[in-house]
Amino acid sequence: MTVYVKGIVFENVDFDLPRCWSIDQYIQRGGYAALKKIVAEKIAPEAVIEEVKASGLRGRGGAGFPTGLKWTFLPKGYVGQKYLVCNTDEGEPGTFKDRDILAYNPHAVIEGMILAAWATGATVGYNYIHGEIFELYQQFEAAIEEARAAGFLGDNILGSSFSFQLHAHHGYGAYICGEESALLESIEGKKGQPRYKPPFPAVVGLYGKPTIINNTETFASIPWILRNSGQEFQALGKPNSGGTKLFSVSGHVNRPGNYEIPLGTPFAELLDMAGGMRGGKKLKAVIPGGSSAPVLPADIAMNLTMDFDAIAKAGSMLGSGAVIVMDETVCMVKALERLSYFYFEESCGQCTPCREGTGWLYRIVHRIEHGEGRPEDLELLASIGDNIAGRTICALGDAAVLPVRGMLKHFRDEFEYHIANKRCLVG
Amino acid sequence: MLEIEIDGKKTTVAPGSTVMDAARALGVHIPHFCYHKKLSIAASCRMCLVEVEKAPKPLPACATPVTAGMVVKTHSNAAVTAQKGVMEFLLINHPLDCPICDQGGECHLQDIAVGYGAGESRYREEKRIVPNKDLGPLITTEMTRCIHCSRCVRFTEEVAGYQELGLAHRGEHSEVMPFLGKTVNSEISGNVIDLCPVGALTSKPFRYTVRAWELSRRKSIAPHDGLGSNLIVQVKNHKVMRVLPLENEAINECWLSDRDRFSYEALNSASRATKPQVKKDGQWIETDWQSALELVAGKLKDTVAAHGRDSVAALATPNSTVEELFMLRKLMAGLGVEQVETRLRAADFRLHTAGATWLGQSIAELAQSDAVLVIGSNIRKEQPLLAQRLRQSAKRGMKLSVLNPARYDLLAPLAGELIVRPDQMVEALLTVLKAACEAAGKTAPAHIDLSSIEVCDASRSIAATLTAHSAILLGNLAAHHPRYAELHAAAAALAELSGAKLGVMSEAANTVGAQLIGAETSGNLFASPKKALILLNAEVQFDCHNATEALAAVRAADFVVALNPFADGVKDYADVILPVAPFTETSGTFVNMEGRAQSFNGVVRPLGETRPAWKVLRVLGNVLGFNGFDYESSEAIRDEALAGDIAPRLSNALKAPVAVKAQAASGLVRLGEVPLYQLDALTRRAPALQATADAAEPALRANAATLAGLSLKAGDSACAAQAGGKALLCVREDTTLPDGVIHIAGSHPLTTGLGGLFAPVTVERAG
Repeated sequence: MTVYVKGIVFENVDFDLPRCWSIDQYIQRGGYAALKKIVAEKIAPEAVIEEVKASGLRGRGGAGFPTGLKWTFLPKGYVGQKYLVCNTDEGEPGTFKDRDILAYNPHAVIEGMILAAWATGATVGYNYIHGEIFELYQQFEAAIEEARAAGFLGDNILGSSFSFQLHAHHGYGAYICGEESALLESIEGKKGQPRYKPPFPAVVGLYGKPTIINNTETFASIPWILRNSGQEFQALGKPNSGGTKLFSVSGHVNRPGNYEIPLGTPFAELLDMAGGMRGGKKLKAVIPGGSSAPVLPADIAMNLTMDFDAIAKAGSMLGSGAVIVMDETVCMVKALERLSYFYFEESCGQCTPCREGTGWLYRIVHRIEHGEGRPEDLELLASIGDNIAGRTICALGDAAVLPVRGMLKHFRDEFEYHIANKRCLVG
Repeated sequence: MLEIEIDGKKTTVAPGSTVMDAARALGVHIPHFCYHKKLSIAASCRMCLVEVEKAPKPLPACATPVTAGMVVKTHSNAAVTAQKGVMEFLLINHPLDCPICDQGGECHLQDIAVGYGAGESRYREEKRIVPNKDLGPLITTEMTRCIHCSRCVRFTEEVAGYQELGLAHRGEHSEVMPFLGKTVNSEISGNVIDLCPVGALTSKPFRYTVRAWELSRRKSIAPHDGLGSNLIVQVKNHKVMRVLPLENEAINECWLSDRDRFSYEALNSASRATKPQVKKDGQWIETDWQSALELVAGKLKDTVAAHGRDSVAALATPNSTVEELFMLRKLMAGLGVEQVETRLRAADFRLHTAGATWLGQSIAELAQSDAVLVIGSNIRKEQPLLAQRLRQSAKRGMKLSVLNPARYDLLAPLAGELIVRPDQMVEALLTVLKAACEAAGKTAPAHIDLSSIEVCDASRSIAATLTAHSAILLGNLAAHHPRYAELHAAAAALAELSGAKLGVMSEAANTVGAQLIGAETSGNLFASPKKALILLNAEVQFDCHNATEALAAVRAADFVVALNPFADGVKDYADVILPVAPFTETSGTFVNMEGRAQSFNGVVRPLGETRPAWKVLRVLGNVLGFNGFDYESSEAIRDEALAGDIAPRLSNALKAPVAVKAQAASGLVRLGEVPLYQLDALTRRAPALQATADAAEPALRANAATLAGLSLKAGDSACAAQAGGKALLCVREDTTLPDGVIHIAGSHPLTTGLGGLFAPVTVERAG
């Protein structure tokens, strides 16, 4: 796995060093300085939150919600247990950045969570790590132990009255457990199913207590912001897209991997960093933000900058930063069939539109791909999508519909060809 | 209060209310499947999506909290489009074969599809097939019809107290199922049939017998436990086909126990007597009513004349109606006979209260208590729906404690627990009383001797829960106890001391009514031999405290007349069988445990030549030439029997003190519970109930230490012996029992050879 650094999470990380994840290396890179400073100077939690707000940091898990603002949603003046949860479920197909953060720089996550605990008053935290990366779960446990031994974690952190307990918790690979409320259910030992909101986790979260949930990369960004300043972080990116971001580039490129770059970098540059198109083939399409983001054709992608607003304006979303690159040999019907199958299989089954609709979508696309499409199928796909999107408990329903809409918007001719000729336009 | 407008109608609701709450208050119907007022909110079916002004997408009415000034449209284009979209999804995998579905005609999906479904399906793919599940003898499944509303799942967990159903697997593969190899065994499981909005869960005994629209719905009252659940009895061609709950928030809410729901099967049983029968030379001969009644009248008159009035007695079950018991008592009075008794399973008649013993308050008030102490009751099996109410209260914070002879699982959080041998229940209660005395710095009444009582932590903590807004309840195991009077007296003293209300959970539908008309004044009728006995609804081998003693007494009598809907139970010892109507074939009145008189009409014609017992007794009075037997209707009898207010005639207060003194435990003692489905003649003959886990054959149960002391192990056969009789039983280990306790259920054919329900017992290995 290639990792190219031009940002803050992996700043100064030497990926070739066998124990670059360890606390010694992290401290050498300037790690835990922010924590020491905040504890020593007794910086007010409100000031920490203000700094995070000033950074313009938006959630790196997919939804892009402003992190500092989220932290203020905890009930004011609440006395009692509050929780902090890190979402390392990373189930969005195409996304593999959080895995590398845990592999190469887990202490950034740990320090970020400790700082968030200071800011929010949470005393217990969990990092929910998807089960497919069990060895990183074990390594994260080891990192927690290191932080405890160093006095950064546990009771009376750095001799102060501030205490924070952090636990690693591993899931079993369900995509839905990356949805924050399903993740909470899963930690509680229940079936991973999203909760109806409101109430939001900030008010009724883990074990019914106020809870802040952020993505791994989000937490890993906090130490840098507090070590330097919110303003400096903001300046790295664009307005409304502050800082740098990890992009997981996969598909038909020469050097797939994670690329940490400033938000607002042109897609063309990112494609270059990834070594350009494999085998000299032509770029056909890009899914810019994980499998649930609508696909964009090459001409739009090549004029795109990688930030929240630009991608949204182009009709897709930055999402988790998973950039799936497809060359001219890709059959879009086959691609959508695979995407639809994923959402069909990963629907939790709790609410009707998603449980019934994702299977219906998949079966129709499957038929089209297998030469059994009917002329009315494309209208039907759109109509089913309209009946799912916005009608479900969580966003999985929308996630299943967006790829369908994107494909029908930009590659409708390929679908029509499939239906009319019962075979593929390409290859 | 928050103002909300729904479809142009305005109302105000309390903060925390949902849009669905507000719509219900306004009488606006919003289609729904998963929402149920008694269950937690799932918001999963999405059928109740409505348009909310300023919200970007439709919101589920069931889960959306009302905000000030909210404007909701339930029938706008946006709302109806969303609802129709959901309906289409629900139907794509649902079989569209309503004509062969048992739910057809009473199916929510079918009903709502009429309004929101399309004429033709756009779904051309293969439909889902889901394997059926074995949920036991009461509930049939057709899981392919399931729409995953999860009402049944939430019911078992939240209402029945123990999750017996779950939604396994994910997505389209989700299936409602019981735990592997298990069935649904809750005593209130049948409610999932009502809750299921489709034909996925239907009644097994009712299945494919008749269509819902062919049935007449008639109101009635459940004849089993003391709650008095309100029923809708569904009938066709003068046959009871099904029983459903009639919602009454004050009593059964919208629920029904399985006993109340499925006992109707017995009404149509082959063992119903349909003609009067007399025994001649050991042979049963059918006869006409006139001859039978003349024979009975003559025998009774002659017996009184020849042997005196104490040679005749009447026994009736406490689920006989007010009218029946009143007429029985009046007939006996005409003969000069005073001995009429309904406390057939009682063993201690020393207690005399100032009125009829009752719950001490209403059921709804009880549920609001801060604390409840239950003494001597396997309450889930004795009063299934009352147990359910207390479970909900306990979940809300009511402190629930028990003093029992076994660690029964109430499926509710307990604040305190005292589990002792049956013969130490009085002593255990005295420890609580003493703890309460010590805490309050007061002394117990002089008739209660606390000198040898040692207070323990458990009794202290139970005593501490009892405040002025709490209740102390006595159950069936207390009522059947050989020292019931002492239990009652000690409980009364504890109530007096703590300010708690004392309550008695009546065993049967009309236990309170029987007391109000004085059909319970005689004590143990078998103490002296009888020449003639009248049995009203009673099968003495099952309905009495001591089966051996009761059977000996009826066999020794010269003349036994049984007024009973069934012939088979009394054939062995009766001389005349008069077929009388069960509760569905007569009008009548039951007074429930809270003192509420509930009258009901017959819902079907009496079977064959069956007659209502009150009419039979009236005609017997006429044949005997007694005055005052001219009642034209049961209502006339009721008005005389229950004249005036009932409330002043209810009291748990002792009329005379009962001496209470600790006794030592010794040897092995029997715990003779009456099983859930052996309570009365109807339940004993209901085939589906008899196939449930609760109707398993009684075994000889004891804990490991007790079994070891007897050199027995689980699976052995053992012979239990009590004064006068024996029973051969299979041995089972039971970890819920204290040392020295032998659990052998009563009121069962396997154990009619035994004696008192709570008497000493000896055990020997058999074979």
